[in-house]
Amino acid sequence: MAGRIVVPFGPQHPVLPEPIHLDLVLEDERVVEAIPSIGYVHRGLEKLVEKRDFKDFVYIAERICGICSFTHSVGYCKAIEAIMDLQVPERAQYLRTIWSEYSRLHSHLLWLGLYADAMGFENLFMNAWRIRETILDAMEETTGGRVIQGVCKVGGVRRDISDAKLKEMTAKLDSIGGEIEDLCHVFFDDASVKHRSVGVGMLSKEDAHKLGAVGPVAKGSGIALDLRQTGYSAYGSLDFKPIVETGCDCYSRCIVRAKELAQSVDLIKQAAANIPAGDIEVKVKGNPDGEYFSRVEQPRGECIHYVKANGSKNILRERVRTPSSANIPPLVKMLEGCQMADVPVIVLSIDPCIGCAER
Amino acid sequence: MGLFSMTKTVLKSLFKKPATIRYPAEPAKRFEGTRGQMEIDIDKCIFCGLCSKHCPADAITVNKNERTWSINRLWCICCNSCAENCNKDAIYQTNVYHAPIVAGETDVDVYQGKPVEEKPAAAEEKAA
Ligand code: SF4
Ligand code: SF4
Repeated sequence: MAGRIVVPFGPQHPVLPEPIHLDLVLEDERVVEAIPSIGYVHRGLEKLVEKRDFKDFVYIAERICGICSFTHSVGYCKAIEAIMDLQVPERAQYLRTIWSEYSRLHSHLLWLGLYADAMGFENLFMNAWRIRETILDAMEETTGGRVIQGVCKVGGVRRDISDAKLKEMTAKLDSIGGEIEDLCHVFFDDASVKHRSVGVGMLSKEDAHKLGAVGPVAKGSGIALDLRQTGYSAYGSLDFKPIVETGCDCYSRCIVRAKELAQSVDLIKQAAANIPAGDIEVKVKGNPDGEYFSRVEQPRGECIHYVKANGSKNILRERVRTPSSANIPPLVKMLEGCQMADVPVIVLSIDPCIGCAER
Repeated sequence: MGLFSMTKTVLKSLFKKPATIRYPAEPAKRFEGTRGQMEIDIDKCIFCGLCSKHCPADAITVNKNERTWSINRLWCICCNSCAENCNKDAIYQTNVYHAPIVAGETDVDVYQGKPVEEKPAAAEEKAA
């Protein structure tokens, strides 16, 4: 038997957008075990809830993550609205859906770029990010922020999109549709992409289920787990099916995300076509009293916001379970038995967002 | 096919303008609704402190006795919460980002209100 060595991977590594540390136990070039450790970017945001007005905490909830920020605010607001029994106007629900899908587009395009970068496919990386820029522009124009939108609030949304602007946005999405298609085509068919990702980082359906994988990691292993099907915001009135791939490898996870781009574009168009007129917020009176478990689908998977309040303006406890923390055990499983050179691609394939995993 | 999947994109890109802006030679993109730095109309301010209570970043300090309103530009996250909570509409948001500054030296902007006129009732207005 070859001697074992331990190679530290991260927290600073060219391929990692965020700090996670992995101790890789190697036998020659083969990884026999990966031991993860996190704790480099803990900010104590959950504790801050005790010091802030529950309405002001939305801005902080949103800053848990720099990519799926909008969905965090939706999750938090949904919890408070359920506790306080607020009826959020339909138009606000649709606007939330539109912005959620915009964030999904931008998150997946960002990831596809980073994934290409992990494979060493630099021009594909730049190409994904060029398309992402138009998405960010649309978000900045409508919400005021590029990645931290800050438009969701307890009881509705803070800004409206005019119908003319919605038309313009869908027209813009149509015009970049071709570019997105070309981009996806590269991920689907390119020989180098396939070479680096087919059969790499296997995670069987049973393991994915047992280890609690969420989002594209679960979907890439054949589990149709998509929280949007629970019909929160306006998803209940839109027509879509979760995208599932059964390859169980990095390639499948990549395909799921690429296909979700087209799905998001479609959802935005559906929402823009059906959006009702009306108010965008309800008045919030009093303080929340009770607890609620809210689940929303982020670009990376299921995110849980648990809120407990006791009728004062500060909330007692807020607990966030982000998709990246759920996907770390499956990641450890995927890394077992892989080649050292595949580690960056596998780590990236779960779309690790450590900032939000640690909060 | 497998090997030439990028060719179409490459050919298209050859005849397109660059996707990037030559900043700072060209001005950066800016939208009307961009959430930029906060400004205050200090004459409207009654120093009630409501804005600083609702600031998630603790960026605002209001001193009622000295009649000053100050904001730490590096802490401010441009969320617009202070402007929404101000009953006197004294704070407003602009769509410009603040110029680069140094922590501990130029980061706090202090605004000095006019001295009090002899009308204590107005100053006594309570924070809700
Ligand atoms: S809330 Fe308005 S009036 Fe009160 S201190 Fe702040 S800026 Fe001044
Ligand atoms: S914009 Fe937000 S962070 Fe900045 S001073 Fe106002 S409340 Fe504080």
